[in-house]
Amino acid sequence: MSKPKGFEKPAGVRDYLPFAAARLREIERRVLDCMAGWGYRQIMTPTMEYYETVGMASSTSDQKLFKLLNNRGTTMVLRSDMTTPIARVVSSLLKEEPLPLRLSYHANVFRSMEEEAGKEAEFYQTGVELVGDPSAEADAEVVALAVASLQAAGVSSFKIALGHVGFLNGLLEEAVPGREEVQQELKDRLLRRDFVGYRELLVRLDLSADQREELAGVLKLRGGKEICRQAMELSDNELVQSSIEHLNAVWDALEDFDVARHVMIDLTMIGDFSYYTGMIFEGYASDIGFPVCAGGRYDKLLQQFGRPAPATGFSLKTNRILDGVDGLKLQQELPILMQYDVPNRRKAYIEAERLRSEGRSVRMRIVSVRSELWEAWPGLRSLNPQGPQDQLGPLGPSFGEVINLVSF
Amino acid sequence: MSEMIKVAMPKGRIYKKASALFREAGIDIPDDVDETRKLVIPLPEIGMEFILAKPVDVPTYVEYGVADIGIVGKDVLLEEDRDVYELLDLGIARCRMSVIALPDWQPGIHQRVATKYPNVASRYFREQGQQVEVIKLNGSIELAPLIGLADRIVDMVETGQTLRENGLVETESLFEITSRLVANRVSYRMKNAEIQALCDTLASVIGKE
Repeated sequence: MSKPKGFEKPAGVRDYLPFAAARLREIERRVLDCMAGWGYRQIMTPTMEYYETVGMASSTSDQKLFKLLNNRGTTMVLRSDMTTPIARVVSSLLKEEPLPLRLSYHANVFRSMEEEAGKEAEFYQTGVELVGDPSAEADAEVVALAVASLQAAGVSSFKIALGHVGFLNGLLEEAVPGREEVQQELKDRLLRRDFVGYRELLVRLDLSADQREELAGVLKLRGGKEICRQAMELSDNELVQSSIEHLNAVWDALEDFDVARHVMIDLTMIGDFSYYTGMIFEGYASDIGFPVCAGGRYDKLLQQFGRPAPATGFSLKTNRILDGVDGLKLQQELPILMQYDVPNRRKAYIEAERLRSEGRSVRMRIVSVRSELWEAWPGLRSLNPQGPQDQLGPLGPSFGEVINLVSF
Repeated sequence: MSEMIKVAMPKGRIYKKASALFREAGIDIPDDVDETRKLVIPLPEIGMEFILAKPVDVPTYVEYGVADIGIVGKDVLLEEDRDVYELLDLGIARCRMSVIALPDWQPGIHQRVATKYPNVASRYFREQGQQVEVIKLNGSIELAPLIGLADRIVDMVETGQTLRENGLVETESLFEITSRLVANRVSYRMKNAEIQALCDTLASVIGKE
């Protein structure tokens, strides 16, 4: 690779200029406030972790982890999610703390993407973990909180798809018992969203016509609560039954929480993360081409850190929401421009401090002759007189009201 | 009123067959769409908007969600490896991906393969345990063995006419190709009813030709 130019940065990372940063911070603040309103307390963990611990336990595939060596030659990773570091904290620093625990976070996470610039290597997640509660009630709480968080973030039109890892596992175990490689192959095709390949494989397997029909029918199990009834009738398998009963209970709670209208059941979802063990869900917003939130139950992760406990949670992809949401009205107050000359400097500083103590923001500017005084924010027009009049730079206007304290 | 579905349609060979299939399924695409040079064509009468794209770009438009669904050959899907739902095998534009060589081809010490599908070709030869150098070309792949750029090529074969005319033969077949209906991850959920309905309508006429 040739030497990068001074202004270049690695592929997949972004600068957030003041306007974007203010919006991202505002979304973050609103969502964290919403989570706090549900009793979740914010936690921060280090950006770097050991590869051997958090790196191995995370479900991010090895080639997507950013790895580095510290000065002793130990392999470190940049965190690829927040769920795994929080599992570590809950099992160590918080191990005496009684469960259930409700924790929230906002953090940047890192995944190395080989593809193009659109796929981010560093992105922002805002989310929660509810540790120590195995109930459907807990799952319903995180789904309802995901809905509330999306609304708080200013996403107006969205849908949550809800599924259960156990349903397909049970159904496959019944259809092709003991043939794990076949089960895995079918699941891989669903994971790759290759429905055509899934059906083709069903045709090739030695299944009864009924079983084939049943497994192909899974692709259509998508809709409201009636889907649970249909799914129940598909199989007597214990895992299938218990999974659907659980989803049913989650759905009933969601109805009482008045959020079921945002949710659809989709039993073809099997979760992109291998640590999910139960209910899983994904959130989608109109006009944003990629999912904006993902979550689910992971009952086996904490035991890897020595404190076995059930857990459930979700994260919002905060910067994706930033890209797509316009509903967020930001009340950005422009700084006052305080222009002064040397004889009035002391007076100007006292006045500026007074305004700041009232919560206003004040930008200072020294001038020496009358002709240097600015009257109002000129925008880019002063730089490019032919340009469109209302066009502003990426920073927008840098001051509003003007106060002059000068003796000329 | 249901929502408009944005459909990424591949220009050229597949478009004719896909539009025929749509019409057979009772979706009345106006005739003048076939002739137009416009790239974005609103078709409110059938609740769709066509985006006419280069075939290889269809999965990209769909992955990023600027098109809700698209029609694309399996060859492109395997080459591009995009994160989209592959909903339906449309059974049209049937052909196969093959390894092609001159009739007297013998494996040499340093083998070179020219192709429009470098990912597909590399993966195939790697899986076969063969060591080859893959050269990406953008068209007229058949030239490569004729003028000595590569000793074999990997390309799509429909009738085999071009191969015969240039004195080439198929030595191995990699996989069958047909066109697929693909959908964006978000659209598939947000516009599920519309997309599922289209899927069912098309499924009812597939393979009847």
